[in-house]
Amino acid sequence: MTALDFTARARTSLRDSQLRRNIAKATSTIRAKTARVAGELPDWEALRDAGQAIKRQTMAELDRHLVALEASVTAAGGVVHWARDAAEARTIIVGLARQYQAGSVIKIKSMTTDEVELNPALSAAGITPYETDLADMIVQMAKEKPSHLLVPAIHKNRAEIRDLFLRELDPAAIPGGRLDADPSSLAKAARAHLRAKFLSTKVAISGANFAIAETGSVVIVESEGNGRMCLTLPDVLISIMGVEKVLPKWEHLEVFLQLLPRSATGERMNPYTSVWTGNRAAEARAGDGPQVFHLVLLDNGRSKILADEVTRDTLNCIRCSRCLNVCPVYERAGGHAYDSMYQGPIGAIVTPQLRGFEEAGSLPFASTLCGACQEACPVRIPIPNILTHLRAKVVAEKRQGLGALNGENLAMQAAKAMFDHPTLLAMALAAGRIGQAPLVRDGRVTHLPPPLSGWSLSRDFPALPPESFRDWWAKREPRS
Amino acid sequence: MKISLFITCFNDALFPQTGQAVVNVLERLGCEVEFREAQTCCGQMHHNSGYQKEAIDLVRRFVEVFEGAEAIVVPSTSCTAMIRSQYPRLAKAAGGEALAARVEAIAPRVFEFSEFLIDRLGLEDVGAYYPHKVVYHSSCNSLRALKLGDRALRLLRNVKGLELVELARAEECCGFGGTFAVKNAETSTAMLTDKMRHVLDSGAEICTAGDNSCLMHIGGGLSRQQTGVRTVHLAEILASTDQAAS
Ligand code: SF4
Repeated sequence: MTALDFTARARTSLRDSQLRRNIAKATSTIRAKTARVAGELPDWEALRDAGQAIKRQTMAELDRHLVALEASVTAAGGVVHWARDAAEARTIIVGLARQYQAGSVIKIKSMTTDEVELNPALSAAGITPYETDLADMIVQMAKEKPSHLLVPAIHKNRAEIRDLFLRELDPAAIPGGRLDADPSSLAKAARAHLRAKFLSTKVAISGANFAIAETGSVVIVESEGNGRMCLTLPDVLISIMGVEKVLPKWEHLEVFLQLLPRSATGERMNPYTSVWTGNRAAEARAGDGPQVFHLVLLDNGRSKILADEVTRDTLNCIRCSRCLNVCPVYERAGGHAYDSMYQGPIGAIVTPQLRGFEEAGSLPFASTLCGACQEACPVRIPIPNILTHLRAKVVAEKRQGLGALNGENLAMQAAKAMFDHPTLLAMALAAGRIGQAPLVRDGRVTHLPPPLSGWSLSRDFPALPPESFRDWWAKREPRS
Repeated sequence: MKISLFITCFNDALFPQTGQAVVNVLERLGCEVEFREAQTCCGQMHHNSGYQKEAIDLVRRFVEVFEGAEAIVVPSTSCTAMIRSQYPRLAKAAGGEALAARVEAIAPRVFEFSEFLIDRLGLEDVGAYYPHKVVYHSSCNSLRALKLGDRALRLLRNVKGLELVELARAEECCGFGGTFAVKNAETSTAMLTDKMRHVLDSGAEICTAGDNSCLMHIGGGLSRQQTGVRTVHLAEILASTDQAAS
């Protein structure tokens, strides 16, 4: 396992001027839009409170709601599977696709299928997965990774997409082999390409935005309508969802159907909301809609996140991506720096919890703790607190055994010793004033030695002044 | 009113003039200022870097030093935020009710400098004179953790001779983030570059804030680029008057 090095990955993205421009432009547009439509609702803050409260209550009794969901889905004719981890989820879904003799499957945008690395497993089993969300299709064709929760191809501009389509699309989708880079021409070509898949593929795989325990209904919210095609045309529908996606009651949906589109795309309402309950309705209209429905409930580390009181709120995320769009680090480092289908602030807390600190321990440090994410999050997830909590866990893990000898730990211990003993602090400052002499020019330090050299990459450091505040105070005339 | 100054370790060592300015303003306004010499650091650096155990020790130290103080004034938005938002959580994590109760007793008496002037003393005009063109950077902690709103701006608007100009994208972080600036130096620099661009575009000669950590970061960049724009803590602006220094 190679450790995920956020710093190095960000360094690469920072130098890509096309990428920087694409992301800055897209996030600033979407920021303005979401701020406008969130701000226009008089009860927006109350909706956020409600969203947070419903999620917290649900997590407090998650086991009960999941059992209820299983019962409702089963009663409505669906088949429920439980997957402890990614490997189990892959085995279940590949097994089902085989059982229905699928040579290919169509897929609706789903981060959970990426999380369990389903596509490579399907390909290895000789089953071709076709992503049908436009941006996901682009990322898949370009053999890249998503760089944004909701706009996975945010790093690409129209000219780049045009070149890709000319190379990869079914030639029948581009009459005459001529393609313009305007949005409607690109969409037209993609539609022609995808229609053929929708009409000929028998098995669809989806994620889920919500699932209602009391009714067994599964909900998908989308903008393009390609998801709706996948949900209605094939004979077999397999949906996978993280266990945290359950909502106890139908009435809870009202809150999230307002919070999600306004936070995600800045739409008052998303164009397509699909809800289905088992397969009974489809059976009654034989041939209309999937006759078979499977629901895979995935844990994959979520019960561990739930068990920790501080990290628990991580599970409240509705994957709206607003925290990415407001994050100054994401805007500059880009989504690929997070090396995950979950990027930005939410990625910085989710990925290390899913993959472990040894692999993803650099992510909780990929933040200035500025708090823009928490301020924007529709369900008020305290991301900065979770980040510092995870940092403490990373440090605790590192400090075991010989790890305690790492430079940062030694420096932190030295600082702590000074803060415990003000006289030591005074002595260190006195020594520093002498020691800094060779580094100081015009009252500033322009080059710091490692490990502080990162600072002097772009910033001067003030020289230690001749006396500290406490020196000055001690010399002051006593006031009456 | 007797005020206990929490200078913060950072200001103590690197920016003593900020502490002197705070003392100056408060005494000018008729307050009595004390300095408890056993004080050191609020624990923010350790806490934010993942050294929770050490941070908890420093919470304990802070509580021991400042227990019984009538009002504690802090010329740092991030240290105030540390005390107000993180101390209760850390005390809880430390286990035992005793520390949590002591934190709860002390936290409401801790004030960020501009907050103290406006909310406790009820003043927006502190009689300052500062004939310069100034832009104000609202630190993330001032904006989001402490929700100080426009308090600093109200104080600045009442400074005679001062021309206050607007900062574009004022709500965005300058990219400091403590060890972030060192660990993720390139990303931090990219954020700083944009912040500096907005500061320079404002046409100000001085950039001010309620926190010397942001100012050391922004100022360090402005200095490296030879921009001629410098950074000055809000307290130093408010300490300046049209009288010759006594
Ligand atoms: S953490 Fe909050 S803002 Fe970020 S994606 Fe999840 S719900 Fe949206």
